[in-house]
Formats: sequence, structure tokens, C-alpha cells
Amino acid sequence: MSKGSGARRTRRNFIKTGVALTATAVAGFPFVSRAQNKPIRIGMPTIQSGRAAMVGSSSRNGCMMEIEKFNAAGGLNGRMIELIARDTKGKPEEAARLSRELVNSDGCEILFDSESSAGAFAIHEVAKDLGVVVMHMNTETSSLTADPKLRVPTAFRASRQGIHDSIAAGSYAAKIAKDKGLKRWISCSPDYAYGRDSTALFLEYLKHFYPEVEVVGEVWPKLYQPDYTDALTKILQIKPQAMYSCLWGGDLTAFVDQSTIYNLFTQMESFTINVADYTILTAIKNLPKGLHSSNRYLSTFPKTEANAKWAADYRAKFNEYPITWSWENATGTKFILEGIKKAETTEAKKLSNAIRGMKIDSPFGIDGTVTMREEDQTLVNYAIGWGQTIPKDPFMPDVTAVDWKVIYDLETAWKKKNNYI
Amino acid sequence: MDLPALGNCVTSLSCIITQSTSGLIIGMLLFLVAAGVSLIFGVLKVVNFAHGSFYMLGAYLTLTVYGVTGSFLLAVIAAALGVGVFGLLFERLIISRVYGSQVLMQLLVCYGVILILDDLVKIIWGAEFRSLGMPDAFLKPPLLLGGGMVPVYYLFLIVLTLIIAVLLGLAITKTRLGKIVRAVAINPGMASALGLNTGLVYAGVFLLGGVLAGLAGALAAPVRSIVSGMGLSVVVESFIVTVIGGMGSVAGALVGSLLIGLVRSFGTIGFPLFTEGLMFLLMAVVLVLKPSGLFGREN
Repeated sequence: MSKGSGARRTRRNFIKTGVALTATAVAGFPFVSRAQNKPIRIGMPTIQSGRAAMVGSSSRNGCMMEIEKFNAAGGLNGRMIELIARDTKGKPEEAARLSRELVNSDGCEILFDSESSAGAFAIHEVAKDLGVVVMHMNTETSSLTADPKLRVPTAFRASRQGIHDSIAAGSYAAKIAKDKGLKRWISCSPDYAYGRDSTALFLEYLKHFYPEVEVVGEVWPKLYQPDYTDALTKILQIKPQAMYSCLWGGDLTAFVDQSTIYNLFTQMESFTINVADYTILTAIKNLPKGLHSSNRYLSTFPKTEANAKWAADYRAKFNEYPITWSWENATGTKFILEGIKKAETTEAKKLSNAIRGMKIDSPFGIDGTVTMREEDQTLVNYAIGWGQTIPKDPFMPDVTAVDWKVIYDLETAWKKKNNYI
Repeated sequence: MDLPALGNCVTSLSCIITQSTSGLIIGMLLFLVAAGVSLIFGVLKVVNFAHGSFYMLGAYLTLTVYGVTGSFLLAVIAAALGVGVFGLLFERLIISRVYGSQVLMQLLVCYGVILILDDLVKIIWGAEFRSLGMPDAFLKPPLLLGGGMVPVYYLFLIVLTLIIAVLLGLAITKTRLGKIVRAVAINPGMASALGLNTGLVYAGVFLLGGVLAGLAGALAAPVRSIVSGMGLSVVVESFIVTVIGGMGSVAGALVGSLLIGLVRSFGTIGFPLFTEGLMFLLMAVVLVLKPSGLFGREN
């Protein structure tokens, strides 16, 4: 009896279990499967129209270099990355609005900020408010990650920083200045926040390494100014021995073209920090020999097989040269994807913990790696170097790497001076 | 403000020559665009805000023709004629439909055309800025005149533009065609009643304005960045020139352009942080003292 009763219970249990399993198979597994296949959406507010439209195209291309590899390898347990780019038109208020929309309406779990500095600060605030992970890809404004008052636990920066570049530039230029006795300097930089900050910091570090330097003049052309004749003739009147300029983009090509017909570059040493990027190097038809520049992006620096291959793959895929925004966005994307793999989730806190302090292999690292520094969640150890131009490809054959120890030491002093630490 | 530097400059022959030629260079290209703006307003009473886009088209056409033929001369001619034809079509097909409308409507139409052209340029030539490079014929060291430095290309540009200014002035004041244009500008109703084809005159003025703007774009191409939207700053300065010189006056456009050029070149020495402000200050002074502009007709 008891045996028979037990057998019935067993049979009932078996039937119940079967029904439950069938129900799970019918309803539950597809649910799990749907969740697994749901793409991981990443929102990308960036500039896709107007004079700075190439910010958006090169940034997106840089991201896609990494995303396609991640997706081809199966994504995160079958979940693929879907990048949704939106045009901010370079307006900070639009960047903030679109960032909210991307998270709240489009279901983006992560933000890639591929905006200018003004837009980056707006997106930073949105990320703080919504608690999502944001990777700042392009902004070089140092305070964004250096100032503890602005710090957001889920916000990271994968771009070069103004303070790093200024220290590197000051250190390199001072060495040349000492060797050649260049004491009378002039600056010619765009008249807005980036131009003013970059120039002030460069001159500060130039004097730090070579105190005999005297600044004999400053010229501040407007952003997007088409004609530099007045600025050039003023520089010629002052007759400096050396010039620093952080003009960039189309403004820089116009400045170089106009300077060339005045023979300006044969009359002084020129330190044009933004020349060594392929946009500029290929746009200037008569690139002068001997301009000093930092590497924005060069396939020949670091001179490694990995960097050359990455540049060749990029050109093959997009039929254009990679530029500084390309490598920065590729780097930021790789940190996020490595973080997702490590954390096995896109949940903001776990993902942030995974990325913080992470070191990854990178063709853009000075020793083949770059690090997301733990203390301020910003990129370090990327390749910074200076060299001189030649008119033809490879445009800057010899690049001198700047010692990161020097950068770290002076950056710490700069942070202390600004009460950041 | 750096008045000692300005004082040193105006007492040095080399500085005066360098800065004066600098002013001429800035002013001459501006004149070519401003003359078209001024003529169109003077004759048609249309504020052609899209004139900067004509200048941009001139630069892009030069880039293409120079790239294909390798001849800068051919590229300049093609740009001037091409933009002239575009100006004609623009007048016939678009702007003629808003004659007599409120200024706001005309501005709206022009703004629409600017946006369309900016996007078209990006589709055809790409969003990145382009550079023509200096043609080989002008790749020469700058000339030294009285201790001042003048690039060969700029000397060519100044001479060519001055010749155009003189020819244009003579054509407007001394020829029968010029008289017709002036008659239509002063009283289009009477001119039409006397049998003049005012529509043809309007189209001709746009053609001429287009040729001048295309020429300006072509001459600017070797020394300026060629990029979508490049016409905006030029058209703003052209309107300042037109206000200073007087609407509809070619001589006014020339004098206004030169004044702006000189204010900028010497202003950079004496008022480095207020150079742009000086231009607007000059415009404000002219507006207060002579609201119709230096060469404008009093109504």
C-alpha cells in the first residue's frame, strides 16, 4: 500500500516535474534566449555636421574597429554591441539632451562621449545624473578628470590630456631651445579656451625647463579665421627666434599655407603642436620641412608592427587615414569591451570597477600597453613624442618619445598647485 | 592695447609697407565679394545672404578644375564663369520668386540655400577641409619692398583685383550698360515703362555678382582652407563693408574693403585683443555720421 502510494507520489512528482520542465522549455528558455540575444546598446553623442563633422566620422570609425572584432568573437554570451551615434552639431545643450534620450528612450546602457570639450562636460553631468558608464573619447581638458569636485565614479577618459601634452611639449621645446639658443619666443594660437590654456601651460613648462626664455609677443587669431595675414605680418615685425602654435584643423592648414609664402618658417623655429596628424599632413600640399610637432597620430610612432598594422587595417576598411580621434575612440572602446568581458555585465558599478586601473595591450601605448589610471580614471602611458616634418610620407620619420616619468612628476605638481590633490 | 608697438610701426617704413600690403590683401578679396553684395542690394534691394556660398562654390570649383587640369588660370576662369552661371540660375529660379516680399522672407530663402549648398558640398567633396596648395608659378620667395615683405602671389592678387575694381567702376559709370543698371536701381518702374527689360538686368547683376564671388573664392583657394561653411565669415565682413561704403556703390565697396583691411592689419599691432571690435566700431561710427554709408545715396 505504502509502496503503491509512494509509487503514485513518485509518478505525480514525475508528471509535475515534466509539466514544469515543458512549461519552462516553452516559455522560460525563449525568454532567457531573448535576453541573451538582446544587443548591448551604446549611445554616442558626437559632431556629425558642420565644420567639425570629421570628429564624428573618425570617432565612429575608431569605435567600429574594436566593436566589429568583439561582435565577431560572439559578443558577451551572444549579446552583440550596437553603436547608436547621434549628431550634436557641436552644441553642448544638444549633447546633453541627446545623451538623456539615448539612455532613456533608446535603451543605451553605456555612453561614448565623442564630443568636443564643451560637450564633454555636459555629457559628464548627464552620466552622473543617470548613473551610466561614460567613456570620454576626445576631450583634452585636463580638469575634467583631474578636479576631484568633478569626479564621477562611472566616468572615464580615453583621450590624451592637455597637461600631458604641455609638459611633453615644454620639455622637448626647451631642449631644442637650449641647443640652438632660442630665447625670444612668440605664440600664435586660437582665441578660445583651448588655445589660451594650451599656450599658457606650454610657456609655463618651457620656462620651467629653460628659464632664460622671454615671450616677446602673443597673437590670438579667432577660431575659424580665414585670413592670417595680419597675424603673420605682426609676427614678422617682432622677429622672434621661435614660435609656438596650437592652431588645429583647417585653421592650421590655412596658417601653414599663408606662412609659407612669407617664408616664415625659414626665419624662426616653429613648434606647431597639431601638425603631425594625417588630416593636416595630407591636406597641406607644400608641407614645409622642419616644423616641430607632437604626434597626434602617426602609424610610424610607436614604430611597432602592431601600430602599422592597425593603421593599414583602418585605411583598408574606411579608405582614409586614421587620425587622433580614431585611436582615442578605438582605445576607449577597447577599455569598455575588455571591462564588459571581465565583469560579464554592463551594470554600471561592476563595469566601472572592472575598468578602473585596467591595463590593456594597445598599439598606441609607449610600451605596447596603456592604463586607465585608478586614481583619476584617465588614460596614461600612451605614446607622446615630438619630431620634425618632411614634405613626404612618412612626414615625420624620427619621433623622440617623451619620458612619462617627467610627465607624472610635473602633473602631480600641477595637481597640487591647483588643489586637486 | 599696445599703443607703443603701433607707434613704433607707423614710424618704421618696413612696418608701414608690410602692414599696408597686409591690409590691401585682406581688403581686395573682401572687395570682390562685397562688390557683388552691394550691387545686388543697390539694384534689386535684395540682401543676398547666400553670397558667401557663391564664394565657397568658387573655391571648390577651383579645387576640382585645378586638380583635373593642373592649370590655375583655367581653374580661376572656370570658377568665375561657373559661379556666374549659378548666380544667374539662383536669381531666375529662386530669388526672383521673393522679389517684393519682406526682408525676412528673402533672408529665409537665402538661409535655406546656404544650408543646402553646405550639405551638397559635403556630399560632393567630403566633410573634411581641403587645401589647394600654392600653384608652382607663385612658389617664390617674397619680395622685399622698402624693407617690407610682400609675397608674389599677394602682389598678383592686389594688382588683379585693382584692375577689376577700375574696370567695374568704369563699366558702371561710363557705359550704356552701366547707365541701364543705374536707371533700374534708381527707378525700376520708370525704367520698365521706358522699355528696359528689368528682369534681364536683375539676372545680369546676379551673374556679375556670381562671377566676382567665384573669382574671390578661386583667388582665395591657394591660401585659405576650403571647407563647407567657409563663406559665412566672408559674407558677414562683406555686409560690414557694404554698410561702411554705401549700398550699391562699387567705389564704396572698394573703400570700405580697404578700410576694413587696414583696420585689421594695423589693429593687430595696436589693439591685438580688439581687432574684430574695431571693425564694428568703424561701422558704428559711419552709421552715426552718415547712415547711407560713405558713398551711398541719401534718400
